[in-house]
Amino acid sequence: MYSASDLRKNLRIMLDDDPYIVVDFQFVKPGKGQSLYRCKLRNMLTGSQVDRTFREVDTFQPAETEEKNMQFLYREGDAFHFMDNESYEQIALTAEQVGDAKNFLIENMECKVLLFRDRPIDITLPNFVDVMVTEAPPWIKGDTVSGNYKPVIVETGYKVSVPPFIEQGEKIRIDTRTGEYLTRVKE
Amino acid sequence: MSADREFEARRRALELRADILHATRAFFLSRGYLEVETPNRIPSPLPESHIDAVASGPWWLHPSPEICMKRMLAAGFERIYQIAKCWRGRERGPLHLPEFTLLEWYRAGIDYRQLMEECEDFFLYVAGALGTGPAISYRGRPIDLAKPWERLPVADAFARYGSVPLEKALAQDRFEEVLALEIEPRLGSPKPTLLFDYPLAFGSLARRKAGEPAAAERFEIYIGGLELANGFTELTDAGEQRGRFERENELRMRRGRQPYPMPEAFLQDLSRMPEAAGIAVGVDRVVMLFADASAIDEVVAFTPEEL
Repeated sequence: MYSASDLRKNLRIMLDDDPYIVVDFQFVKPGKGQSLYRCKLRNMLTGSQVDRTFREVDTFQPAETEEKNMQFLYREGDAFHFMDNESYEQIALTAEQVGDAKNFLIENMECKVLLFRDRPIDITLPNFVDVMVTEAPPWIKGDTVSGNYKPVIVETGYKVSVPPFIEQGEKIRIDTRTGEYLTRVKE
Repeated sequence: MSADREFEARRRALELRADILHATRAFFLSRGYLEVETPNRIPSPLPESHIDAVASGPWWLHPSPEICMKRMLAAGFERIYQIAKCWRGRERGPLHLPEFTLLEWYRAGIDYRQLMEECEDFFLYVAGALGTGPAISYRGRPIDLAKPWERLPVADAFARYGSVPLEKALAQDRFEEVLALEIEPRLGSPKPTLLFDYPLAFGSLARRKAGEPAAAERFEIYIGGLELANGFTELTDAGEQRGRFERENELRMRRGRQPYPMPEAFLQDLSRMPEAAGIAVGVDRVVMLFADASAIDEVVAFTPEEL
């Protein structure tokens, strides 16, 4: 059980029987009075945000969430298949459950899947992923002006801006947190 | 590299801090106050329900120098001030550091109303010494430090700015919530606000107001929404003080906190302490005010997270 003084960013707690994550947090204490904890929380199921102020007497149960290490196996239409690294059990997530992570999921990638009462609700990817460029407009020679970028499509179908010298068939590294190109990867 | 940049950004605030400390000493020197230093490490803090002292071996780091300063009042020192580092556990936010600087001063023979006037003089003096004059601004709000400041009873503040009246807020245990979230942001602009006459339960060391037994002669200073100081007419009745400490310790235990030992030496001295008033001013927040800083982090050399 958590008390209000345990509240901090990214803490996951149960609230009205739903799992919430603290996204913003401010400690407030009027002179000699009891402490107040102003929180912005995101419902981990619906994504909606709420503002709540807690007092030091308030207590919380930890969110009934569990993080499991899984491997992404393959995509089949709208179904993304994962395998639990410990139990070897396989589960399928919908495109909606996978969310933006689908842009960076490549086969055999290790990731963390967050479950709420056995229901997958979120995926954490490695910070960096190397992907193959599958479609790229040709490099126009002489176009060496720095700051020039062109759009390419990678193997997951994700569209990203890269420097003009990147060509089809090359591998590039993307930061999965920002979705931005980092560097060309030499095989 | 990043540390150097932080210092550069804070240089102006740190220079202001030095100037404010210098002006503070000049002000109290001109008024015949004696600067004192009392021990930071003490065997027992005053039992207050919402203040957690930080343990230091079997003793504690003082959350405020008041216990020793009042004993000095009792010993015959009539005008004393101190600039002291203080520690309070579990307090960290945009306005709170677990280690911070308090300016406290005590004066025999005055009550909280006379002390309010001295506070007006103090802030005006500091503004003069810094060269800003009485017209300043804080977070985009105009401030006029010229006397007289607004004097607002707590009950009126609840009636004017709160979603519930004072009695109802107290009954629902929402006093701090309504005060901090609804009322405080509206106080102290353009004139600083002296918020006064707190419910007795929120002034455990303050004298009960004559003719108004439910009120304590306590006040707070707000400037531009920022809470800067807490002062009161001192309670000098040792018997009543003992009863209040017992109640504070009960509250502590009910909230799962350890009770503090009864400060016997303090209570013994209290019975011979003269009528007096005293105040604690958050020096870091005074620097915030004059530096127009939104977070306490901007006005200290290091936050605990940077150590």
